[in-house]
Amino acid sequence: MDFPIISSLIILPTIGALFILFTKSSNSKYQSSKYVALFISLANFILSIYLWLIFDKSSINFQFVENREWLSGFINYKVGVDGISILFILLTTFITPICIISVISTIEHRLKDFLIAILIMETLMIGVFCSLDLVIFYLFFEGGLIPMFLIIGIWGGERRVYSAFKFFLYTLLGSVLMLIAIISIYWISGTTDVEKLYEIGIREQYQKLLWLAFFSSFAVKTPMWPVHTWLPDAHVEAPTVGSVLLAAILLKMAGYGFIRFSVGLFPIASEYFVPLVFALSLIAIIYTSLVALMQEDMKKLIAYSSVAHMGFVTLGIFTMTQQGIEGSIFQMISHGLVSAALFLSVGVVYDRNHTRLIKKYGGLVTVMPKYGVVFMIFALGSLGLPGTSGFIGEFLILMGAFKKSFLVATIASLGVILGAAYILWMYKRVVFGEIIHEQIKSMKDLKKYELLILILLAIPIIFFGFYPEPLINSIEISVTSLIDNYNTNLTQSIAKK
Amino acid sequence: MENLEIILPEIFLSLTIMFLLLFGVFKNNSSKLIYNLTTLSLIILFALLLNLYQFSDLSIFNNSYKVDSLATFMKLLTIGSGIFVMLTSSKYIEINNINKMEYPILILSSILGMMVMISSNDLIVFYMGLELQSLALYVLASFNRENLLSTESGLKYFVLSALSSGLLLYGCSLIYGFSRSTNFNIILENSSSGQYGITFGIVFILVGLAFKISAVPFHMWAPDVYQGSPTSVTTFFAVLPKIAALSVFIRFLYVPFSEMNDQWQMIIIFLSIASMIFGAVAAIGQKNLKRLIAYSSIGHMGYALTGLAAGTNQGIQGSISYIAIYLVMNLAFFSCMFMLRRNNEYYESIEDLSGLSKNHPLLSFSLLIILFSLAGIPPLAGFFAKFYVFMAVIEQKMYFLAIVGLLSTVIAAFYYLRIIKIIYFDKEKEKFETDHHLGLKFTLAVSTIFILAYFIYPSGLTEIVSKINII
Repeated sequence: MDFPIISSLIILPTIGALFILFTKSSNSKYQSSKYVALFISLANFILSIYLWLIFDKSSINFQFVENREWLSGFINYKVGVDGISILFILLTTFITPICIISVISTIEHRLKDFLIAILIMETLMIGVFCSLDLVIFYLFFEGGLIPMFLIIGIWGGERRVYSAFKFFLYTLLGSVLMLIAIISIYWISGTTDVEKLYEIGIREQYQKLLWLAFFSSFAVKTPMWPVHTWLPDAHVEAPTVGSVLLAAILLKMAGYGFIRFSVGLFPIASEYFVPLVFALSLIAIIYTSLVALMQEDMKKLIAYSSVAHMGFVTLGIFTMTQQGIEGSIFQMISHGLVSAALFLSVGVVYDRNHTRLIKKYGGLVTVMPKYGVVFMIFALGSLGLPGTSGFIGEFLILMGAFKKSFLVATIASLGVILGAAYILWMYKRVVFGEIIHEQIKSMKDLKKYELLILILLAIPIIFFGFYPEPLINSIEISVTSLIDNYNTNLTQSIAKK
Repeated sequence: MENLEIILPEIFLSLTIMFLLLFGVFKNNSSKLIYNLTTLSLIILFALLLNLYQFSDLSIFNNSYKVDSLATFMKLLTIGSGIFVMLTSSKYIEINNINKMEYPILILSSILGMMVMISSNDLIVFYMGLELQSLALYVLASFNRENLLSTESGLKYFVLSALSSGLLLYGCSLIYGFSRSTNFNIILENSSSGQYGITFGIVFILVGLAFKISAVPFHMWAPDVYQGSPTSVTTFFAVLPKIAALSVFIRFLYVPFSEMNDQWQMIIIFLSIASMIFGAVAAIGQKNLKRLIAYSSIGHMGYALTGLAAGTNQGIQGSISYIAIYLVMNLAFFSCMFMLRRNNEYYESIEDLSGLSKNHPLLSFSLLIILFSLAGIPPLAGFFAKFYVFMAVIEQKMYFLAIVGLLSTVIAAFYYLRIIKIIYFDKEKEKFETDHHLGLKFTLAVSTIFILAYFIYPSGLTEIVSKINII
């Protein structure tokens, strides 16, 4: 038995959290907790980089698989990675230290609890991305609700209780149907092991209902129009780091779920529901972009832009083309970085001025020039300027969409223009122009740690914008095998008829 | 000569009750001693039962009293939670001045009644056990006799329970009339779906049993009794009678009437759906923690019955696992309630929890775990309880029941979240006292760790429960 590297990735943050829970920091500043949290999250990042390096990119199988008896006779604890999941693990382990740096320098109120919540969150997220059993996946997927609920509720803004409840109940409602579907799969196919299910497939007559049950959960989490309304509320009320976690990682669980489970397990149903997903995605892209255009609150604007970007992701996945799916994965990674950075940027000015309303700003560039530059990078990344990672993702998705349908691709392209409109308009109103409000003048430019985390985020955004090869390379084989599997299933089904 | 060895625990318990009663009468001021002796005797009883666990499927007294794996496991659960109830409530009864010597003895007699119920394989034996446990419970509910609410709850419980016992007895007589026996195995031979008398009998008995586990629509007594009784008795109410009644449910439905499940399945489905929905919706507006937990237990009983509705061994095992995990969660919850003490007064309104997390981080953390687990959020133990039950239900393709059940967990999640919100998001109030006695701390620690760490090794419980095969 080899060293259980994936389980260590999962468990390590929890060990850190337990350590923080049971150590008493001598002074009220929780010095030791800070260092432990930072150390653990960095260690986990390095471990995941190591995992990426030793990962065999030319194999279509799941690697580093661990399979242990768990619920005897029924379900095994099975984890492993393929080219797709490894990127999401990297994203998670990369975002977590950034969150921790941001938290320890901005939050004072119950810092210890916050660090524990983030670390537990990291465990659950990594668990989601590498579980190869539906029940295990569900445990991690749903477990994430608990820390997020607390993060929004304890450290959030004025309407935090409403938002926390909305977030929790919405996602729970979506997910219980998925639980029924998972149990049904167990009784239909005799296993919930994803690898085995890929091999034996799920009988055709059940696929559509099961697909819908999974869809109800993922659509809420993505979030897709019309069940996206919890997201703006949650984002606005969550503390900065809560928004970052939510946008960068939590939303990606659903996109990942679509690729791994909806497309992977139910190919026939997926093909059947393509028009539905296309329609909802297009509405999300156009409608929420328009809504974003009219927002007065910066965080709300970015939240709506997330919905639009995730619309691109779902669109890309269901084009069922190599480009589309690769683009979606790329877009998710890119959006994870960009939206995290945007929320952190908003957090920077919010900490100074205690408002997120766009009209309360203006002319920031004269007092905060460095801020103006980094914010610009992220704004451009968000609208998908060539040279940023956002471009590659959207470009690939649109390419995939053109293969499938000219009309869909054209409408989606409109979304790109709208995306540029709302983000640039916001940027213009916040950063450029005359200083109207007195308190802007006293605002200080970026502190060291703020500059550090924003630059850390800017590097991959630009790097992967110019050189996407490492990411594409790692997902290529897995996506090809996914699409092959999809097409064989479809042809078999047509042949039967 | 019958082999009395297998009912040694019951004999031991009866003798202990008589001895303690005499002892209490002749020795003054012995209530504290008797309390401790009771706890001790329960522990001995637990050990005796564990010793018995290797026996399988024995019966005695003309096949009217069964000692099989179901009975032994349920008795172990009953006595185990009895021990913890005793451990947690010792200080409470002292402060509230109800530490009379009768108190522990009544608890013991009630437990004896439950043991008889669990083992019964005959209508008359079953009724005897039921009445023994109920009579003790009437007195216990009104034990704080200076308190108006407590007296009211005792009376209310007595009147309604007597009514339900009447119905139950009528059902027994109908079944006896149509099947010429009171023994479950003989009833099985003599009955068939066509006999309406037997169907009516089943319905009446189910009404009586549903009353005991407070399933909707026979739940009216629960909120008042839970709120009115002393908290120590509420703890007892919330856990032990449910275990006994559920095992009678299992044996009554699956031994004599396993062939007639088309007759009773709809009733169980109705009871469970009604309980799940009502329990979830009615708890939303509650202000008193004990009342809230009453509604929550109504809902939980709905889930436990869901497993029975499946009509398979898997379903029975699901229900048993459910009740086992449920009792741990409830014991943990009530331990937390016993900790809300300030200046010798116990607080039980939800508002009193406001901002608890500032002053009592560990207590709040346990409550957080317990409440999320009651709501059935993975990866806590409460999720697995629901998981087992719905595994069984979906195996039988009863999708409607599963969907209703899981949707009502979402509604129920709302009121559990509300408590968490009050604990974690609201302004703090005065501190509570922290000098709790060892038994209480121990119970809370053990049960919270069980709930939290259950997912690491879930096979433990399933392996034990999977040996219980009734059909």
